[in-house]
Amino acid sequence: MNGAQALIESLRREGVTHLFGYAGATICPAVDALKDVPEIGYTLVRTEQNAGHMASGYARVSGKVGVCMVTSGPGATNLITGIATAYMDSIPMVAITGQVPSNLLGRDIFQEVDITGAVAPFSKHSYLIKDANQIPRIVREAFHIASTGRPGPVLIDIPIDIQEQAVKSFDWPEQVSIRGYKPSVKGNDLQIKRVVEAIAKAKQPIICAGGGVWLADAQAELLELAEGTGIPVVKTMMGISLLPTGHPLNMGMIGAHGNFCANKALAKSDLLIMVGTRAADRAIIQPDEIQRRMATIHIDVDPAEIGKNMQAAVPLVGDVKVILRQMLELGIAAPDCGEWRSRLADYRRAELSRQFPSRPGSVFPGTMMRRLGAKLAGDAVVCADVGQNQIFTCKYLPQKHGRLLTSGGLGTMGYALPAGVGVKVALPDRQTVVVCGDGSFQMAMNELAAVKYASMDLKIVLFRNNTLGLVHQIQSRPPYHGPFGVDLDGSPDFAAIAAAYGIPSIVVREEEELDPSIDRFLAEKGPCLMICQVHPDVATTD
Amino acid sequence: MKQTISVLVENQAGVLNRITGLFSRRAFNIDSLAVGVTDDPTVSRITIIVDSGNSVVEQVEKQLNKLIEVIKVRTIPEDKMIGRELVLLKVNATNKTRQDIMTICDIMGAKVDDISPNSLTLELSDTPDRIDTFEAMLRPFSILEVVRTGVIALQKGGGKI
Repeated sequence: MNGAQALIESLRREGVTHLFGYAGATICPAVDALKDVPEIGYTLVRTEQNAGHMASGYARVSGKVGVCMVTSGPGATNLITGIATAYMDSIPMVAITGQVPSNLLGRDIFQEVDITGAVAPFSKHSYLIKDANQIPRIVREAFHIASTGRPGPVLIDIPIDIQEQAVKSFDWPEQVSIRGYKPSVKGNDLQIKRVVEAIAKAKQPIICAGGGVWLADAQAELLELAEGTGIPVVKTMMGISLLPTGHPLNMGMIGAHGNFCANKALAKSDLLIMVGTRAADRAIIQPDEIQRRMATIHIDVDPAEIGKNMQAAVPLVGDVKVILRQMLELGIAAPDCGEWRSRLADYRRAELSRQFPSRPGSVFPGTMMRRLGAKLAGDAVVCADVGQNQIFTCKYLPQKHGRLLTSGGLGTMGYALPAGVGVKVALPDRQTVVVCGDGSFQMAMNELAAVKYASMDLKIVLFRNNTLGLVHQIQSRPPYHGPFGVDLDGSPDFAAIAAAYGIPSIVVREEEELDPSIDRFLAEKGPCLMICQVHPDVATTD
Repeated sequence: MKQTISVLVENQAGVLNRITGLFSRRAFNIDSLAVGVTDDPTVSRITIIVDSGNSVVEQVEKQLNKLIEVIKVRTIPEDKMIGRELVLLKVNATNKTRQDIMTICDIMGAKVDDISPNSLTLELSDTPDRIDTFEAMLRPFSILEVVRTGVIALQKGGGKI
């Protein structure tokens, strides 16, 4: 057995069933070893960044670690954005990169780059393997680190000679023990008592739930907490699909681009219970201001998040699911907040029934989202890209019991299509829709090849306004002097692009056409592109 | 306010890089940093002096703790700390000035490591404050070179971090 075979065997033992990758010279031994292992599937991407996004989409819906594997040098640097995107959203991922021979490291030889150095600021950990006998231990540790505590990407860099080195004996460690890495699981009992007491006394409490709830698989506990206490819930973009839109306690998404009702709830509450969220700048614009007016409880698995962006009166560090379970077991007296709840519910109703503007010859994205959401399966997965399409999807797509995946932290354009491919690999039978703008789609449309090759039943909505809409919107207001450098002139005929890949498409220019078009779109067997014409002056605030 | 953070880390290649990288990307300022292996050869001890408020130091500690190779992080309170720094200092010394320099060395408890017709190389291990004083006293004689190690520190009493 050589190092490459030890690597693939280690992945197999970790339960890996799919790799997203791009071959190159220094990763050839590992790719070669993969050939003999039919239980691990492989998707060849068209640029390495998308291997990261596919692994991310895969990880988010499967609950497993997503794995991508690329070559050294440009392969590794292309993957960087995928790694940073996963890091900012705390997605469990193991990225494997080939490396030049270890005796030539540091000499700037062909396709050499210090990738462990490059990803240090935005990876949870990284390894440069210098002895093939260490491969089983390192792979085991990498998966453990990626998937426990606050999840995140871990990089393993393997020089080609280490992949070719003979392994004396394959020692698979049953247990992982890293003395510097012991994430907290259980919450402090005394703190939990304080939280329960604070909740009972609150008049205007609010739960703010983020992506950490998904990562801890604590959706049921969150719902039980909210329903048991009658406390309204707002969500960050990463937590958007935690509650169905129609749930009476769901007050929507907070933040700069969030729902009016959710921001109102946040601003007026007297007790904020943050669950699995870091309260970043897009979500809570003036943390100091909010903090001055209310008590804050912060539940997070990462102790460094407590007090980073916002001081918490009661910090609770541990696994969100375990802590919520502890709280529920202790029993929580429902606070007297009926009046508060009904006031928020009024705001919410007004917002949900609000009329969207309409322009002949174009489709308003909010209208499209409402109509699409009405027709989607209850457990559908929607991947939203970055830009206006993301804001419209997060704000207006009715949520049922599915998922909404988006690059919330890094805001990486071109995320949605490859993430959708990853979702389809993990859940081939799940209805999956990708939402893009014409800017973001052109950053990732080369992955239509992966969609086509695997005959994936992936549906893609494309909002075409021939401009980078969100930037256009920013440039249209002071201190800027009008849109510049954002018109997407020279864009192709997207229907022709899809046709070139053998993928059918539907073009919609009028809102009356929406319903029948969505029906046809969703009924299509296999992939389909739905191109919606959007007016360039449409703003997310319309 | 200067605060002393003691960090036990795995004695492996690349660990120092991760620590200093963390300081720069989180915009924490390091006053001094000293590294050396401990009685356990697999563990190194890093002593970091930062000049920041309490909330920043708390965040530094938490971020350090997130690094996988970091085993333990402790801030050592000033009143419970023994902190020492080593300085090597080369100063101009002629027949005329040598005796005056020696008087300063006697007062401060410094040692002479090397002598030449026109220089003295001195060594002093002490608190950073006293080393500053030593340096200031020698400046009029014209200092040729100074090298300081950065502070290393232990907590007073029988406990360990």
